[in-house]
Amino acid sequence: MQNNVLGVLKEHENKLLTIWSQILQDSGSGDGAMEEEESKEFASLFLSALAKSDEKNEQSQEFEKVEDLIVGISSSRGKRGFSPRENAQYLLSFKEAASQILSELIKDPAQLYEANLKFSAILDNLMIMTFESFMKGREDVIARQVDEISEISTPVIAVWEGIVALPIIGTLDSSRTQTVMENLLQQIVDTGSSIAILDISGVPAVDSLVAQHLIKTVSATRLMGAECIISGIRPEIAQTVVHLGIDLTGITTKASLASALQTAFDMLQLSVVKRRKIVD
Amino acid sequence: MTTTTNNKEEALILREQDVVPLRNRVKEYGVKIGMSILNQTKLITATSELVRNLLKYGGGGKVIIESVSNGRDNGVRVTFIDNGPGIADIDLAMKDGYSTGKSLGLGLPGTKRLVNEFDIKSELGNGTTVTITKWKNG
Ligand SMILES: Nc1ncnc2c1ncn2[C@@H]1O[C@H](COP(=O)(O)OP(=O)(O)OP(=O)(O)O)[C@@H](O)[C@H]1O
Ligand SMILES: [Mg+2]
Repeated sequence: MQNNVLGVLKEHENKLLTIWSQILQDSGSGDGAMEEEESKEFASLFLSALAKSDEKNEQSQEFEKVEDLIVGISSSRGKRGFSPRENAQYLLSFKEAASQILSELIKDPAQLYEANLKFSAILDNLMIMTFESFMKGREDVIARQVDEISEISTPVIAVWEGIVALPIIGTLDSSRTQTVMENLLQQIVDTGSSIAILDISGVPAVDSLVAQHLIKTVSATRLMGAECIISGIRPEIAQTVVHLGIDLTGITTKASLASALQTAFDMLQLSVVKRRKIVD
Repeated sequence: MTTTTNNKEEALILREQDVVPLRNRVKEYGVKIGMSILNQTKLITATSELVRNLLKYGGGGKVIIESVSNGRDNGVRVTFIDNGPGIADIDLAMKDGYSTGKSLGLGLPGTKRLVNEFDIKSELGNGTTVTITKWKNG
């Protein structure tokens, strides 16, 4: 028996690639040219590594390269939108292809069993790594989206000279409050505004934590010398806040953005009047 | 009065990110039985308070959401279970303004006012279990 049974696979690289891509296509998880490139590179590197390693020195430096490569491939597949199943399918079908070839090459059942077992062990290890990097790829996407969301969801609008408004949509958690507060205070400085309107029409619930965040934001605005009005308090929110026992009496609150704007105009001694028709 | 459970699920709460999905699930239970917007809001606000306590003081835990009925009315029951340090004096913890966390101290007493049934059990060193029920017409 040959010392390195798995090394012979290198001589059948092209055949293995053909079978592999066939299985991938049949399972519907292939995605064309990009994948073909990746597969070629992986098969070539992996089979060379196998051919070069002897019985003892399996996890040689050659394998480190293989690991880096497969980790890169699967995180890229994660970003390309493959499902976890499809990602697993990728290496599973490689295993299947290799085991087909092995059973053609090795006729002795005991040897074949031995070879398959060895091959499985190596590949299972790679599989675990791909799972991890696949998840990592997905998590990167999510983390980026979270950043984007928290940025786009806290726009400060200059509605009038001296008045800025900030509509809050979604849950006001601690980190979000920080972003909201920073944006708001910066805009107050930049626009030289003296009134800020915080609209919470898009906040699903005001619990004691959200209320505390609101109160903090109002205090910070006041420290900047500006007045803060909270608008968009829906009837069900008002009742819930009262039952909870939260005291918002020190804060100017309005049911709608329109009435908050009216209050702001009053504070700035501005008035909106309907133009009278001039009759001659 | 006997209550029967029609539908039930469990959620593991370990991080702040678990709060919003849980609240949405609870809301769905309310919507399913045709709860009014006001009662839904009270229910999810109460949920929010208790789940934050569970995270902040209990170090995370388990939440059970149930759709229940007592023959005359349908409701949603939520149970919050943690294995944290427990509460030494429940009467004190239930007082408006009492907080060991430099907070408003309104979570527990406020929650009690928002729901129809409120039950709290706690054992020092063994954790805390709070169960709330909001009836559709309650
Ligand atoms: N699950 C729990 N495990 C241990 N201690 C708790 C738990 N829940 C509440 N407590 C204790 O009870 C006190 C009162 O809780 P409560 O929710 O009323 O107020 P808070 O959380 O301190 O402030 P708020 O909820 O208003 O932000 C807490 O400060 C804490 O000491
Ligand atoms: Mg609390």
